Amino acid sequence: MRLGIGLPTTTPAASGELVLEWARRAETRPFSSLGVLDRLVYDSYDPLVALAAAAGVTSRVRLATMVVVGPLRNHAVLAKQAASLDALSGSRLTLGLAVGARVEDYVAAGIESRGRGRRFDEQLAYLRTYRDTTAIGPHAPGPELLVGGLSDEAFTRVARYADGYVHGGGPPRAFARAAASVRAAWSDLGRRGEPALWGQAYFALGRSDAGAAYLRDYYAFTGPFAEKVAAANLTSPAAIRDLVRGYEEEGCDELVLLPTVSDLEQLDRLADAIG
Amino acid sequence: MRIAVIGAGPAGLYLAILMKKADSHHEVVVVERNAPDATYGWGVVFSEETLGALRDADDASYADIEVSFTKWGSIDIVLDGRTVRSRGHVFAAIARKRLLALLQRRASDLGVELRFLEELDDLSALEAYDLLVGADGANSTVRGRFADAFEPRLQEYESRYVWFGTDLVFDAFTFVFRPTEHGMFQAHAYPFDASLSTVIVECNEATWRRAGLDGADEDATLAFCEELFRPELRDHRLLSNRSNWGAFVQVSNRVWHHGNVVLLGDAAHTAHFTIGSGTKLAMEDAVALAAALGRTGELETALTEYELERQPVVERFQVAARLSADYFEHAIRYAGFHPVQFAFNLLTRSGRITHGNLALRDAAVVQRLDAWFAEASPDCAESALRLAPPPLFAPLELGGITLLNRIVLVPGGRDDAEAGMPGEDDRTRFDHAARAGAGLVLTEPVAVSADGRITPGCLGLYRDEHVEAWRSIVEAVHRTPGARIGVQLGHAGRRGATRPRTSGVDLPLTVGGWPLVSASQIPYTSSARRPAEITVEEMARVRGDFAAAARRAVEAGFDLLELNLAHGYLPASFLSRLTNARADDYGGTFENRLRFPLELIESVRETWSRERPFAAKFTAADLLSGGVTEAEAVEIASALAEHGCALLEPVAGQTTASARPRFGPGFLTPLADLVRSSSGIPVVVGGYLTTVDQANTILGAGRADLCVLTLAL
Repeated sequence: MRLGIGLPTTTPAASGELVLEWARRAETRPFSSLGVLDRLVYDSYDPLVALAAAAGVTSRVRLATMVVVGPLRNHAVLAKQAASLDALSGSRLTLGLAVGARVEDYVAAGIESRGRGRRFDEQLAYLRTYRDTTAIGPHAPGPELLVGGLSDEAFTRVARYADGYVHGGGPPRAFARAAASVRAAWSDLGRRGEPALWGQAYFALGRSDAGAAYLRDYYAFTGPFAEKVAAANLTSPAAIRDLVRGYEEEGCDELVLLPTVSDLEQLDRLADAIG
Repeated sequence: MRIAVIGAGPAGLYLAILMKKADSHHEVVVVERNAPDATYGWGVVFSEETLGALRDADDASYADIEVSFTKWGSIDIVLDGRTVRSRGHVFAAIARKRLLALLQRRASDLGVELRFLEELDDLSALEAYDLLVGADGANSTVRGRFADAFEPRLQEYESRYVWFGTDLVFDAFTFVFRPTEHGMFQAHAYPFDASLSTVIVECNEATWRRAGLDGADEDATLAFCEELFRPELRDHRLLSNRSNWGAFVQVSNRVWHHGNVVLLGDAAHTAHFTIGSGTKLAMEDAVALAAALGRTGELETALTEYELERQPVVERFQVAARLSADYFEHAIRYAGFHPVQFAFNLLTRSGRITHGNLALRDAAVVQRLDAWFAEASPDCAESALRLAPPPLFAPLELGGITLLNRIVLVPGGRDDAEAGMPGEDDRTRFDHAARAGAGLVLTEPVAVSADGRITPGCLGLYRDEHVEAWRSIVEAVHRTPGARIGVQLGHAGRRGATRPRTSGVDLPLTVGGWPLVSASQIPYTSSARRPAEITVEEMARVRGDFAAAARRAVEAGFDLLELNLAHGYLPASFLSRLTNARADDYGGTFENRLRFPLELIESVRETWSRERPFAAKFTAADLLSGGVTEAEAVEIASALAEHGCALLEPVAGQTTASARPRFGPGFLTPLADLVRSSSGIPVVVGGYLTTVDQANTILGAGRADLCVLTLAL
C-alpha cells in the first residue's frame, strides 16, 4: 500500500506559500501522492488549481482529487482542465469524482442539485468518450479516474465508468465493507482486472484540539456526524500506524492522510510516524 | 455528575450501577413509570461473550446473576416431529423479573435513587441533570421528545408473534416448525429457570389471517397455540402474561445523542427477537456508555465515543436480525427439506453461523450434513458415521453429466478477440480455471452473431472457424480429470457495440460500431446509441443464430450450454416491462414478454445435445419499480423448467443502467434461494462469493446447488 498526504487546502489560515512549501516538502518525504478536497462555499482553494500549483513545484508525487464534486462543473470544462493538469504534470493526476453532499455548493454554483446523480452518470460517460467525440484536447490518454461515495449508485458508477474507488474515511472495517461492495459491483458488471482502491483519514499530531475544531467546522453541514469525524481524527503515531496496518490488510492500494492543521510541522511529524 | 435515567429496565439499571460504582459522588436517579415488580416478558437470553462483558463491568452483580442463570448448550430443531440437535452453543437465560430484582438491589446498595410509579410527561423536570438517559424502551418517550434530533425510524415486520411462559422446562433452545393447512407456525422455546420456559409462537401474516387469529383474544390465542404445540409441550400448559399477538417493530435512530440526552437499549435500537439479542445489546450499551463517560470528562466527546462504538455493532445485529426474521417468515419454503439440511439452513439463517464455524462448535452435526449432502442419503442417523467432503466438494449429477464438485469459475477475458475468435490467452485462462479446481468452467457471454457482441473483442461462436478454436479450449479443460466446460450464449442487444471493458462498461463505440436491436427503441444509457425495435423477421434470424451457435457448441464438445436471458441483453429486453414496450405478441402481458425467450430455448434445444444439460441465466429482479418482481421471477423459473432447463442462474439488475443491486458478498443468494425452493430445479449462484466457507454454507443450507466463486486466478 502506498501512503499519500493531503495538501492543506481546506484547513484554516493556509497561505498559498504554505501550500506550495508543503508540496515541495512532501516530494522529498516518503509520500506517494498529494490529495485535495473540494468545497465551494468554504474558505478553501480550488482543488484542480491547487494541484496545478503543486505540479509546478514537484515532479514525482501523484496529484489526487479526493474528491472533486463532478456535477458542479461543466463536463467539457472539467474534461479540459483535468486532461491539461494531467498532461502538464507528466501524467501524475488521479481524478477522484463524486456527487457531493452539500446542496449549498450547488446553489452557489447556480446548478440544480436535483438530478445531479443522472448528470454525474453522463459526466462520467463523457469523460470516458469525449476524446473520440469532440476535438477537445490535449490529446493524451488522460488521468486515472476514481469515483467516491457509499451508495449502491456509487459502487455501480465505479464499475461502469471508473478505474477505481476512493473511500471517504472511517475505520478499516468500514473501508473493507465498501471495498467488498465495489469488488462485487466490478465483477457483476463484467469489468476486467481489479479496481484501484484508495482510502483517506484525518490526522493532527500533537495538535488534537485544533484539528478537532477544524473538522467540526468542516463537517458542520452533516449535523451530529461532525463530532464523529472529529473523534476519529488520528492524533498519535500509534493510532496512525494502526490505521495504516488496518487499511493495508483490507487491500487498500493508496491511503491518503489528510492534515487538519495548517502547519508544516504536521508533515514532518507524519513522515516520522510512518517512517 | 448528576444523571437521570428514564426507565428501570436492564439497560437503565445497569448504567446506573456502573456510573455509581465508578464514582460514588455521581448523583444517579432512575425514574420508572411501572412498579418495581411489574414486568412483561418471561426470560431473557445472553450469549457467552456478553457474560464476559458483564463480569468485567461489575463483578458483584454478575455473581448474583450468574447463580440465577439457566445455562445450556444445545439447539433442537423440530420439523414435523423429527428433531435434529446441534450442540456446542452457549446460552444463559434468566427470568427477566429476577434479573431486574437483582439489578434493583445492587443499584440501591450503591446509593442509586430508584423512583417507581412515576409518570414523566414533562422532561423539563429533569433539566437540572447533567445527563439525561433515555432507557425507556422501544416506545421511548425521551426519543419521541427529541425525535427531530434523533431521527428515529420504525419498521414494522410482517410476521405476527406472541409470548408465553410454560411450566415445561426445555433442555435446549428449541425451534418447533409446524406446517398446517394455513401455513407454517413456529415456536421458539427456551428455559430460563428451574421451573419455567419462554415460548414465542410466530407465523407470517397471511398464515395468521388464514388461521383466523386476527380476531382471537388472549384466551383463544392461548388455546390455539397450546393445541398446536401439544406434542412438544408434552401436555404442559402455556402461561399468559398479557399474551396477545403483535408485530415486531425494528427501531433505529440516525443519531443516539443530542446535547445532554442519550438513548440506551431498546430506545435506541431493537433487533428481531429471533436472534435473541435485545437485552444483551441493551446491557452492552450501558457498559460502553459508562466506559466512555469514565474515559473523559467531556460529555459530548463521551457520548460521541459511545455512539461510535455501539452504532456499528448494533447495525450488524440488525442486518442479521432482518435476515433471521425473513427466514422465519418464509420457513414454509423449506418444509420439504431433509431435517438435517433444514436444521443447517436455520442455524445459518442470519449469516453469523457458517459451515466453518458451526464445525468448530459441533463437528458431529456438520459431519452429518456433509454425509447426507454427499450421498443425499435418506438415512443420516446420528449413529451412522460416514465421513464425507464438505458440500462444495460433493459431486452433482446434472442433466446427464457429472460435475466433480460445486465450484463454477468464470474466468474473465481481455476483450481483445479478433472477429470473435478465441486465442491462446483464452485457452490458458479456461485451462487455469479447470486446474484451479472448478467442477464447471463457464464462459462469459459468447456472441451468437457479430452484431450480438458486447464489444468488438468479445468471443463468438458464429462462424464455423470458431468451432476449432473452442474445441481446443474444451480439450484443454478436459485434460484436467473430471473438469467440465459450459458455454454461455448471448446476444448483447442494446448493450452491444461498446468499448472493451478495460476502462468501463456500456461506453459506446464511436468508430466501428454496428446497428443495435432490442425489444423496443430504448437506449441503455443516455449516451448509448438508440436501438431499433427488432422485427419478427429479425427475431427469426436471431433464433437461427442461437440454434447454429448451439450446434457449433456441440461440435466443439461443450458439456453444458447456458442461455443468457439476463442483464438487459437482447433476450432479457423482452422479459421486463421496463425495456419492452412492444404492441405485438411479444410485448404487454407476462405471457407475451416470455414468448421470445421461450422460442429461443426451443430453437437452441433443437440443435443442442439431448444428452447434455441446458441451463438458463435470467434476470429474477430488475430492482426498479415496474420491473420484474419476485412473483414474476418464480413464474419465469417455472416456465424455464417446463422448457427443459436443468439448471437456472437467477441474477439481479442491469436490465437498465439505473438498477441498483445491494452489492456485497452473496448479494444474489436470496434470489437463488427463492428460485430453487419454488422451482425445484438446481440453481447456480454467483454474487461475489470469494470463500469456500461462504459456498459450503450456501450449498449445505440448500440455497443453491452450484457456486460461482470470484477468485484471482
